[in-house]
Amino acid sequence: MARIIVVTSGKGGVGKTTTSAAFATGLALKGFRTAVIDFDVGLRNLDLIMGCERRVVYDFVNVINQEATLNQALIRDKRCDNLFILPASQTRDKESLTKEGVERVLGELGETFDYIVCDSPAGIERGATLAMYFADDAIVVTNPEVSSVRDSDRMLGILASKSRRAEAGGEPIKEYLLLTRYSPQRAKIGEMLSVDDVQEILSLHLLGVIPDSRAVLNASNAGSPVILDEKSDAGRAYDDAVRRYLGEDVPHRFIAAEKKSFISRLFRG
Amino acid sequence: MLDPSQAYDVPFEIRAGSFNLPVLKLTSDSADAIAGLLAARVQQAPDFFRHAPVILDLHELATRDQVPDFDALLQILRGSGLTPVGVRGGNAEQNAAADAAGLALLAEGKHHESHPATESPQPTPEPIRPPRQGTKIIDQPIRSGQRVYANDGDLVVIATVSPGAELMADGNIHVYGSLRGRAMAGVKGDLDARIFCLDLQAELIAIGGHYKVSENLDGTARGRPVQIMLRDNALIIQDL
Repeated sequence: MARIIVVTSGKGGVGKTTTSAAFATGLALKGFRTAVIDFDVGLRNLDLIMGCERRVVYDFVNVINQEATLNQALIRDKRCDNLFILPASQTRDKESLTKEGVERVLGELGETFDYIVCDSPAGIERGATLAMYFADDAIVVTNPEVSSVRDSDRMLGILASKSRRAEAGGEPIKEYLLLTRYSPQRAKIGEMLSVDDVQEILSLHLLGVIPDSRAVLNASNAGSPVILDEKSDAGRAYDDAVRRYLGEDVPHRFIAAEKKSFISRLFRG
Repeated sequence: MLDPSQAYDVPFEIRAGSFNLPVLKLTSDSADAIAGLLAARVQQAPDFFRHAPVILDLHELATRDQVPDFDALLQILRGSGLTPVGVRGGNAEQNAAADAAGLALLAEGKHHESHPATESPQPTPEPIRPPRQGTKIIDQPIRSGQRVYANDGDLVVIATVSPGAELMADGNIHVYGSLRGRAMAGVKGDLDARIFCLDLQAELIAIGGHYKVSENLDGTARGRPVQIMLRDNALIIQDL
């Protein structure tokens, strides 16, 4: 039975899709058969970030409506054999998602996959609540600013009360915090919240801190998950986060402001 | 089909029921004055008075020791379409007269002392305050958007309360963590309720409807154990 991971945030534009793509790729690179599902029906993005937008034939809603089989809709990643993408429909809306349909698709995927990563849409409406409903683990993506932290907090409240695990009264969803777009320099001078500030409010297990990096935008534009850019700090930070998720004890990087040497200042400006 | 007479093995059951009835508060024992005003009222709203059961409140007359002529009164009321069913608040003499005229004697909590228990065979009135249902204890963080209400009791939170979260209690509220959301104690009007917390950063605090928003809370109470209570209709924050 696969473990279902939801990548969620409440707020939009914080890096859910980037994280879903990177995290799913990371798990697949570690040898796990992984599927990543785009729940953002109507605003399909994951296929772009994964670089498979030109191979989309059938989508999630087709499978839910039983107009296509799962095998017809799943797109195998070209870089990694263990990785499959189930794209969202661009022509429908979130109402096309039904709880029974999502449960059936996840159940069918669960038979052959190790991990299923659900890329949640922003908001707390149907798409987002269905993306998290069946989850075992939740990665809450948060930017170091107050509105994102508050929305994440709200999402954590929903995770704790309106999921299948919460309704069954079993073990609750495991919640992880992933702080993205972090700039230690700006946090140090008080321009953004620090890791400690965020942790004080959310008090969650910190899965990783992804530094604010040009590599993320470059990777998105190139349609290649940033985790594949091993030279970039963001790519390495995602790799650390995946390893921490899998139980490795990896020290946190990118939290403290680096001291720039005189020469590097001279050259980087 | 089942014969209805066999559906029950007893001929009747006694059940409690509560009804809202109009009360005619008598301020005069003059049958003529009552008849005049009643005729005018009935004309205004004939449907309201048709077959309406009505209670006669004798409290005002009891203070003046006036005993109305119940037979004449009943005739007037029934003539107007009303169905008088009983009296309340009368003294011993009035109650005896009402009883003789075939009216029920209704008990009423407020005027209980005016008619002894022997004269009011009605069931005892509801207790004014239901018993407290005990304390509600929460040991998980209360997140933005979550609401917790301790009905008829205290609320104890052994975790942080996030901004945008809402705590409500009929009794006191205790927060053993940072209180960053809203906390409303004594929401059913208990002005003696208090709020206790280890770190006051609340968006709003309220006791029995008297509230303060964070703009009016000086940040000085941050990080210290404090209690909040109501004194002379103003919320005061005290160090513990």
